[in-house]
Amino acid sequence: METVKLTVDNKKIEVPKGTTIYKAARKLGIDIPVLCYMDLADLNIEHKPGGCRICSVEVEGRRNLAPSCSTEVFDGMVVKTHSMRVLNARKTVMELILSDHPKDCLICPKSGNCDLQNLAIKLGIRETPYQEFSEMSTYRKDFSPSIIRDMDKCIMCRRCETMCNEFQTVGALSAVNRGFNSVVAPAFEMDLEDSPCTYCGQCVAVCPTGALTEVDHTNQLIEDLSNPAKTVIVQTAPAVRAALGEEFGMEPGTLVTGKMVTALRRLGFNYIFDTDFAADLTIMEEGTELLDRLNRHLKGDKDVKLPILTSCCPGWVNFFEQQFTDLLDVPSTARSPQQMFGAIAKTFFADRIKVAREDLVVVSIMPCLAKKYECQRDEFKVNGNPDVDYSISTRELAHLIKRANMDLNNMPEEDFDQPLGESSGAGVIFGATGGVIEAAVRTAYEIYTKKKLDRVDFKQLRGMEGIRHANVDFNGLEVNIGIAHGLGNARKLLEDVRNGISQFHAIEIMACPGGCIGGGGQPLHHGNLSILQKRMEAIYREDAGKPIRKSHENPYIIKLYEEFLGKPMSEKAHHLLHTHYIDKSKKIIYMK
Amino acid sequence: MSRIKVELRKDQIDKIKEICRSFNNNEGELINVLHKVQGEFGYLPAEVQEVIAQELDISVAKVYGVVTFYSFFTMIPKGKHPISICTGTACYVRGAEKVLEEFKKELEIEVGETSANGKFSINCLRCVGACGLAPVVMVGDKTYGRVAPEMVKDILGEYESQ
Repeated sequence: METVKLTVDNKKIEVPKGTTIYKAARKLGIDIPVLCYMDLADLNIEHKPGGCRICSVEVEGRRNLAPSCSTEVFDGMVVKTHSMRVLNARKTVMELILSDHPKDCLICPKSGNCDLQNLAIKLGIRETPYQEFSEMSTYRKDFSPSIIRDMDKCIMCRRCETMCNEFQTVGALSAVNRGFNSVVAPAFEMDLEDSPCTYCGQCVAVCPTGALTEVDHTNQLIEDLSNPAKTVIVQTAPAVRAALGEEFGMEPGTLVTGKMVTALRRLGFNYIFDTDFAADLTIMEEGTELLDRLNRHLKGDKDVKLPILTSCCPGWVNFFEQQFTDLLDVPSTARSPQQMFGAIAKTFFADRIKVAREDLVVVSIMPCLAKKYECQRDEFKVNGNPDVDYSISTRELAHLIKRANMDLNNMPEEDFDQPLGESSGAGVIFGATGGVIEAAVRTAYEIYTKKKLDRVDFKQLRGMEGIRHANVDFNGLEVNIGIAHGLGNARKLLEDVRNGISQFHAIEIMACPGGCIGGGGQPLHHGNLSILQKRMEAIYREDAGKPIRKSHENPYIIKLYEEFLGKPMSEKAHHLLHTHYIDKSKKIIYMK
Repeated sequence: MSRIKVELRKDQIDKIKEICRSFNNNEGELINVLHKVQGEFGYLPAEVQEVIAQELDISVAKVYGVVTFYSFFTMIPKGKHPISICTGTACYVRGAEKVLEEFKKELEIEVGETSANGKFSINCLRCVGACGLAPVVMVGDKTYGRVAPEMVKDILGEYESQ
């Protein structure tokens, strides 16, 4: 490998040719401040538009300052990262950026977690001298069911665009207009709701300021919890327990299941249930559907649609409803675990505790922003009353726990309530990429072969690679399985399905990197895949520690079918646990 | 944002596709494609941008981003009688700004906009090479010299019945 020798702040270093000044300096322990720059190395995304100029440094022999994030080193280069000229320029750049940025930090949702704020502190900015020369540019706020766009706070770093276009290939966002009027917006500046946005929330996860934030339901929740007329129950998604601890300073990968349950109980929820229970239920329905399609296919039925695609991820559902409308009959019709839980809670459980549907508030804690939209879909309402009233993110829950003067670190561990709190290990692994299909295989294998599995761990389905495939031997029948996480990866598998060349019987798709553990509502991982890896290990650890590992052996699931649903894909199950998909492509074409 | 929906005819869609193909449907040629298509249609309505996005396999948001970045591109059709007011140096010092203000006031539109009845649109340009006649205004192909704000009503009146 060709290398280059250079000097940064009087320190010598040798780096591979093509390295940027910024990265060379980091190797020396010199932390040049950046703002628009984003390095998601593990996801192969390096966003270096060189737009903000905060990272400018002095290069000997060069007339102007160089943006270190996007300037490659050369042999003999001499760099100064903190000369007076650099410090002055950096301060001026920051003052100019702040001259068109609101100063309402006290009440900004990003306060305390804002890259711009942290940078202003680091650079010691105490005044904004350019303020008086112009009025600040303003732009209408855009409220979608999941994400709020407040473009007054946009600094045009365009990180969101990179996530939306390059990683997710959704193409909802682009920089539009110019000068002070420039913002990141959907085509024709329509609302996010009318754009191809899937609400995956990856833009929110990388936004350095309060320009993109989630819709916050915590105040609604506090109101409901303090209303004696309401019975408030909660379900927690598998990925939440593997990440919530990070917000309380715990090591990534710390499992806080029991502590989280205690905190929720102390917050005042009447019943603490688990989305994992509904994940087991999803496997019963989706697994049965998979076997049904497989059997028909083996019997030579030409109308049967294979591969079957998982349908638990609402970001993914939004994606194919917008961009693969010719394949609407391919995904499983099974509702997501969140919605299955809601449907059972507001029928079976409401009945059992004799509470009217309207007086039962079902709240979900999700690693996801798309879930906020999903629970508002009309298909999941009865007479206008939603099965799941609203969803709050892992970040919102952490904030609420702190607001209630609790620290998860000192929390004793308690158990979920019954009957909707029991889950198998199969339900837990829904939180990681490959988990849903592994859970489905555990059940489908035993039903299809009528044999007990010796080993329930299908390690060939696990991992972090964006697209994976594996074969599972169903006693002589080879089942081909595809897995993708990230919508850009999903698109590749989908195009094969569209072109009729897909070799898979079943495909699992998750919109976010790593699956739900890397969801848009999780504690920010800043593209550090080792954090996701640790969350993933935590999920599999919880699975391995469960006495029951297969969904169809969950005793409360068995009972639910006996007492209420009949059997998987029964008429009642269809009514409550399955859904249909809607062609939303027109929404891209015509705006309001 | 409200706007008039445009129904593209099949021959119009084919024309856009043909232009895209002449640039090998290469997304790097987006600006050239937009130039050509605007030359053909006079402006770039949303529907046209959508066809271009589809042909070049890029997002509509990106096409819109480029259209709104460059002032040459417009999403608003020109009026039947496009008014061009020269604001080059000579015209400017002889009062073009006041003439422009009068046109804006009379038509109740801004520069780059088209009147509600589709009759007039206002644009500024820099020097038509008739500095001796400054300030100069063009309406369609007709040139008016030494225009004073008081003349604006009469100029517009000429096109009342057209």
